[in-house]
Parts: sequence; C-alpha cells; structure tokens
Amino acid sequence: MPDRPMIEIQNVSKFYGIYKALDDVSLTIGEGEFFSLLGPSGCGKTTLLRSIAGFETPTAGEIFIDGAPSLTLPPNKRPTNMVFQNYAIFPHLDVAENVAYGLKRLKLSPEDEKKRVGDALDQVRLSSLGKRKAHELSGGQRQRVALARALVMRPKVLLLDEPLSALDKKLREEMQVELRTLQKAVGITFILVTHDQYEALALSDRIAVMFGGRIAQIATPKEIYQRPRTRKVADFLGGMNFLTAKVLGEQGNAVSVDAARFGAVNLDKPHGFTAENGHVTVGIRPERLRLLWDNDRAPHELAGRIENRAYFGEVTHLTVGVDGLEQPLSMVETNDHGADDLPIGAEIRLAYDPDAFVLLAEYEAVRRV
Amino acid sequence: MTAAAFDRIADTPSPAKRRAWTRSEEARGLAMISPTFLYALALLFLPVLIVIAYSFWTQNYLDIDRTFTLENYRQALTEPIYRDLFIRSLWISLTVSVVTVVFSYPIAWFISFHGGVHKNLWLFLVTVPCWTSYLLRVMSWKVILGYGGVMNTGLISMGLIDKPVASLLYNSNAVVITLVHSWAAFAILPIYVSLQKIDRTYIEAARDLGDSRLRAFFRVTLPLSLPGVVSAFLIVMIPTVGDYVTPRLVGGKDGVMIATAIQAQFGKGANWPLGAALSVTTMILVSLAAAAVVLALKFIVRRIK
Amino acid sequence: MSVLTQRLRFIPWLPVYVAVYFLFLYLPILLLPVFSFNNAATTTFPLAGFTTKWYASLAGNSVMMEAAWNSLVVGISVAVLSTVLGICAARAITRYRFRGQRTAAGLIMAPLFLPEIIVAVSLLMIVLAIGIELSLVTVILGQTVFCVPYAMSVLVSGFEGFDRSLEEASYDLGETAIGTFRRVTLPVVAPAIVSSLLVTFTISLDEFILAFFLSGTAPTLPVYIWGQLRFAAKLPGVLALGTIMLVASILMLTLAEILRRRAEKRTQLALMLP
Repeated sequence: MPDRPMIEIQNVSKFYGIYKALDDVSLTIGEGEFFSLLGPSGCGKTTLLRSIAGFETPTAGEIFIDGAPSLTLPPNKRPTNMVFQNYAIFPHLDVAENVAYGLKRLKLSPEDEKKRVGDALDQVRLSSLGKRKAHELSGGQRQRVALARALVMRPKVLLLDEPLSALDKKLREEMQVELRTLQKAVGITFILVTHDQYEALALSDRIAVMFGGRIAQIATPKEIYQRPRTRKVADFLGGMNFLTAKVLGEQGNAVSVDAARFGAVNLDKPHGFTAENGHVTVGIRPERLRLLWDNDRAPHELAGRIENRAYFGEVTHLTVGVDGLEQPLSMVETNDHGADDLPIGAEIRLAYDPDAFVLLAEYEAVRRV
Repeated sequence: MTAAAFDRIADTPSPAKRRAWTRSEEARGLAMISPTFLYALALLFLPVLIVIAYSFWTQNYLDIDRTFTLENYRQALTEPIYRDLFIRSLWISLTVSVVTVVFSYPIAWFISFHGGVHKNLWLFLVTVPCWTSYLLRVMSWKVILGYGGVMNTGLISMGLIDKPVASLLYNSNAVVITLVHSWAAFAILPIYVSLQKIDRTYIEAARDLGDSRLRAFFRVTLPLSLPGVVSAFLIVMIPTVGDYVTPRLVGGKDGVMIATAIQAQFGKGANWPLGAALSVTTMILVSLAAAAVVLALKFIVRRIK
Repeated sequence: MSVLTQRLRFIPWLPVYVAVYFLFLYLPILLLPVFSFNNAATTTFPLAGFTTKWYASLAGNSVMMEAAWNSLVVGISVAVLSTVLGICAARAITRYRFRGQRTAAGLIMAPLFLPEIIVAVSLLMIVLAIGIELSLVTVILGQTVFCVPYAMSVLVSGFEGFDRSLEEASYDLGETAIGTFRRVTLPVVAPAIVSSLLVTFTISLDEFILAFFLSGTAPTLPVYIWGQLRFAAKLPGVLALGTIMLVASILMLTLAEILRRRAEKRTQLALMLP
C-alpha cells in the first residue's frame, strides 16, 4: 500500500445503457507512484483513466484527487494532465506554443513563461525544436512534446493513455526507459494505460490488471507475474502451463495438492480460497522448467519427448509431451546447450522446482472476494 | 425527437441527473444541430407541406377556397398539355441522367484509379465549370449549337457539311446536351467517392482468381461502386426534371418542360393550387421513375455476378 | 483488318476520352471570354477583331451596377448565414452521436435532391402566404436553404480530420469551453470555414431560379442577365459581364480549394493515428 494516497477511486461504475464499462472499481494510487492499468482492449482501463481526467462522468462512485472529491470538477479544474494516445499536438501551433498553451491561462510574466517552457523542453530533450510545427515532427518527438506540454503544468498526476502504442518497437523500448527516468526525476504520480504486459512490467511500481470493467489483481510487477491470482491474469501476463490438481489437504495458510506427474506440491493458500469438488488449477511458468543434459541430475525430474520446437533467436520454445499429463508442457530454453537443435521426438528429461507452482483461482471465484 | 428529449428531462427532476443529461453527447448533438435543423424545417419542410395543402384547394380569383378537392390533380394528370409536359420532362431527365452517369463513370474511374497524387486537382477541374455562370453556360450552348453558331461554322469550314444544320438547336436534344454538361460534376463526385472506398486488393484478388481486367471490373468494381452510381442517378435525375432555364433558352417549342408550366401558374396564370398540384405530381412521378431506375440497376448488376 | 485492330489497341483510349470530355466541359465556358472581346454584335465565327468596348459599356450601366451591388449584399449574407448554419450541423454530425441524426442531416441535405423550382415555388408560397414583401431578404433566406448543403459538405470534410482529443487536450491543460473554441477549434478549422464562405458566395452569385422567384423589384446579377438575354444586341455586353463573373468565381473557388486542402493536410498530418 502506498504511503500517502494521491488518487482514491471508490466504487466507481460506468454504464453505457446495459453495457458496464466499469463495474464497482475501487483502488488507491500513492503519491509519486508509477501505476499501470493493464488489460485487453475494452476492459475499461481507458474509461477509468478518462474518468480521473474528467472526460467521462462515472455513473456511480467517487474519485478523490489529493484528498478532494473531484467527480463534479471539469477536466480544466483538475490537477491532472494527460498524454493522449494520438498525442493531440495542436496543428496550428509550433512546439513551444504547444507547450505554452496551458500556461497562458496562468498569466505568468513573459520571462517566467519562457523559462518554464524552456525547462520543460529541456526535460524531454527537445530544446532545439521549439519552432517546429506538429506535422514536421517524428512520432517520438511528438510524444515528447505531449509530455512536455502536460508536465509544464506541474500536475499532481500525469495520465498516459497508451502513449507508446503508436511507436515502432525499437523507439518504444527507448521511450520506456526515458519515461521511467522522467518519472523518477519529476517525482509525481504517473498513471499509465497499456495493453502491453511487458511495458507494464518494465515501468510500473504497481499494476492493476483489468478484465470486463473489473480489477482482477493489483500488485507489484514481480508479484503479479510470479503470483498471479487467477488463471486469466496468469494467461494475460505471459505463457503458463495449467494443470488440474487434486486437493490433498489444507493446513493454515498452505494447501497441499497432487499435481499429477509433478507429485505432491505445497502451495500458498490465497485469501478466500475454496476448492471446488476437491480440484484446483495450478500453474507453472515455462521458464521455470529446465532441460537436463547428459548426466545432469535434479531433485525433481520428469521424462518427456519433444513434440514441437520454435526458434526465437536468443531462446527456443519447446513443447514437451509427458505421459500422464492432459496437456503437453511449454518450456523456454536458452540456446547455449543446443536446445535449438533438438529433433522432434527426442527423449528428454526436465527439472522443475515445486515452489514455482502457483494456485490459481478461476475468475468467478475471485470476483466474490 | 426534441419533444422526447424534453419528456425525459421532465421525468427526472433531480438536478444532478438533469445536469448529466445536458452534458451528455445526445443533448449536445441535438443542441448543436437544432439551429440548422429548425431553419430547414421552417424554410424547406414547412413550405413543402404548404404546397401539398394548396394542391388540394381551389383558386377563386384572388381568394383561396379551402375545401378539399382533387380537381387540380385531375387537371394535371388528364389535360393533354400537362400530360405531354410530364412525359417529356420525365423522358428528358431520364435520358440526361443515364447519359450523364454513363459518360461520367469513366472519368470518375480515371481519377480514382489513375489520378495519382493529383486526384484533388482533377476533381477541382471537374467541379469548376459547374459552379460558374449557370445562365451564361446555357447561353453558350445556344451560341455553339445555333444556326450560325460555332458547331455549324466549324463543321462547314472543315468541309463536313455544305450548309448549316438547323436541327441542332431548339429541341429536346439541345436540352439534353446542355443538361448533361450542367450536371457532369454531380455525377462524377458520388461515383468517385464510392470508387475510392473500394479496397484495391479486392480487384487484385479477382485478377488473381483468373478474371480478365474487364471481367474483374464488371464483377467487382462495378457492383461495389453501385451506391455511388445510384446517388449519381438520383442527384441528376430528380433536379433536372424541374429545370427551368435550359428548356427556355435552348429548348424551343419542342423542348418545353414542366417547370415552364409551373412557373406560369405563379405568374400570369395565377392559379396557385394548380401550380402546387403540378409540383407535387412532378415530385411523385420523378420519385417513382427514379425508384424504378434504381431497382432496375440493382437487378442488372446482380445478374452480372 | 488485323493491322487495323492492332493499331486501335495502341491508341490510349482512356486519355483520349478524358481529353474529349474535358473539352466538352470547358468549351462553353471558354467561348464566353472569346466573344466578349469580339468586335461584333453577333456571336459567330470567324471573329471580327479585338475590342474592349463591351467591357467599357458596362461601366456606365447603372442598372447593372445596382444588380451587382444587390448580388454582393445577397452573396455575403448568404455566405455568412449558410456557413454559420453549416458549422452547427457539420459539428453536430462529425462530433456527436445522437438519435435522429440521420433524419436531421437528411432534411438539411434535401435541397440537393429536389428540383430547384419546387423549392422556389414552395418558398414563394409561404412568403406570400405570411404576407412578407418580396425583397433581397427573401432571396437571402431562400438561397441559404439551398447553400447549407454545400457549406456542410465542405465543412464536414474539414471537421472530420479534427480529432476531439485536440479539444480534450485543451480542457486538460486548464482551458474553458469558450477558450477552447477560440484557441483550438476555430484556428484549426478556419481554412474550412473560409473555404465554405467562398463556395457559398460563388453559388449565391450564380444562383438564378430562387432569385428569380423571390427577388421582387431588386434584381440580382443573374436576374438582370436573364432580362437582357431576350435582346440579341445586348448579348456581347452580357458576355463581358459573364466573363468578369467567371473569372471572379474561378478565383474564389481556387482559393477555397487551396484552403480546404491546407486544412485537410494540417489536421491529418498532425495526429498520430495508431
């Protein structure tokens, strides 16, 4: 939990007719936090961001910004500023005029205004382009102008609506680093909307994963990747091998299950856990399975055979059939031992760590929590 | 529409909800369009209603007798002069629209498929003649087609004819030529728009599947551009049926159209109800004819597949 | 036979057709200036020599000057009125979604699909039924109905590139609704608005039927020209007047087109569309 709350969203819902864009969402975002709203398109993340900015009026609930109830405030009265998905750089103004746009309302002295614009442009490394028009800028430059234009207002919260989705892969990775550095430098709260799980993992202090207008999980990147609470969250954040396991017994905060060929596994028991029919879903990430070569030995081993292989440059994705498992297992191997040369049908041995298993709730089960 | 909106406000007296509604997209859109909509309602829809009302009344010298009668329609539909004018007007507008669409389609196709980066320039060049000196353009055709006009003097100097041809001017052909010229851009633009919307890969797919250029055109391009062809038809056919200037200037006796008769009822003839009935009948007849043409067109294109 | 068909294949049919079509389109317009400088009262070839006397005769024609003044008054009023109404409608259509949108737009665009004489007759009837005197005001009101669809199509194409995120960005940076309209909306769509003003002015300048029915005793230029067309001797003078109007129209339309394209380019290039 954050130290001092900056944004408090309390039971916010937004209905369009019978369609629920947001369904009773509550969350708190702290001062200086880099927070991401992650989910597939249509999950309500953009609606939530636009509700914070003031462009959507929630049907129910309340939003506090820095302690002040803000639902009735129009966007121009909120201490938030936004970087739009298409950047919305004013086409009739040059870069410096774009950045100065919001300052004009503050009636600063010309020197002060110029200094603030100059500082903001320095911050995003655009000082030399002040006289350019929007259509003379590259995608990355537009993004910087949008950032400078928002930051120059010294907002308490910066809202970013998929700011990197219009950029190509390489530029996107550069801008990720820059965004993170910028956030550390200015020290204000950033709220990022994205559908790219790697972006969210790389940038955020905390992530809220959303599906169907609801929040499925809020946690740090590491926790959300390693300890996803539901099958859907696990799936959205990357590859996962799912297994049906039989509950052997519960003890305090632990559950012991029989994970088919993986044998008995002890797992942390999530809050509000109930085992239906004595069966649960457990998962293990592909990279937590490891190939054993020649005389390698491991405490937990399993025999299988290669069913499929896909070469990804630095790694190779393997599909491994194991007798007694309903589904073949996915694995990710680095290529230093020659995983990329394994023939289809080759008999292999793999090692696993029983602690890497997580207990996953089906989606419905968590909604009741 | 607006009434329903006000009902909804009345149903929800709470100020918060009312504020939410007035801030809603629906309310803003309605408020935004209402000045223009009300203007069109007052100066287009209402006047047309009045015309319809008048068509069922009778003129008694300077007064209007407001008892319902179909007498005006009987006159409009049975009196030979009006009947001939209707038939000729419909025939001319039909010919004009067919000729305009057929001759304009290749131009629209050319601009869309071969216009390159200068598409806008081509479209501009097409529209310029349509928006400049309407009366004088018609007048110009009189100069071109007249007995001592450009066409005759030109043909004689080229040695193609010995003496001027008198039949170029003052007949329905002259009316058709002039109207085709006037309405060219109105046919090109909608066809061009619908051609622009066609994804070029559809045509490539047809070629890939073995169609010749021509077959691909008839089986893919033409059916997909049909909406444009239909609106081109409507936008040319319906207005031309009531054209007044062209028949008066180049039509002569054989080229008179219904607009002349309508105008007469509001001028010297001074029989408003009959004029109204002629107007309403014109609209109904041309709508029916246009609907028939559009249906026939759709049928033909469906058969091509 | 086969040689002939082979030769026919090598003729670039489409460019030839396009050239002939454009000749057909422009011939009548190009004849106006030709005969307006011809030193003869008849419009026949061969030409009788160059003169500017027909233009000189216009200067002293007070009736024509008055009609020109009327046309100017009507044209400016119609341009402003129909552009303002067009802005409302174009913005409502490009920016909002609401029930009845299609119906409203259909009614506003209807004059494009109606015989002009019926619009004219119906307006005449309602004006006289209410008891309003025919004047330039009635011409303005009538021509505005007719010009709004054109204004709207010009403006819609200008507004479509205008992304609502530009306005949202302005609110977000602390600007009010009115300030946003003044500082963002208006400057961005200004070229489209000027373009609409020019186009509607040109149409009004050229419009005859509505002016003919609704103008009463004060004629506009086309109504004046209509009266002159009956007299063959007046034709060269009318052609001179027509040439001036033609040049003015083409200049205005060219300017309108340049502005429209600039507006389109600016709004399109300014946005990053994902």
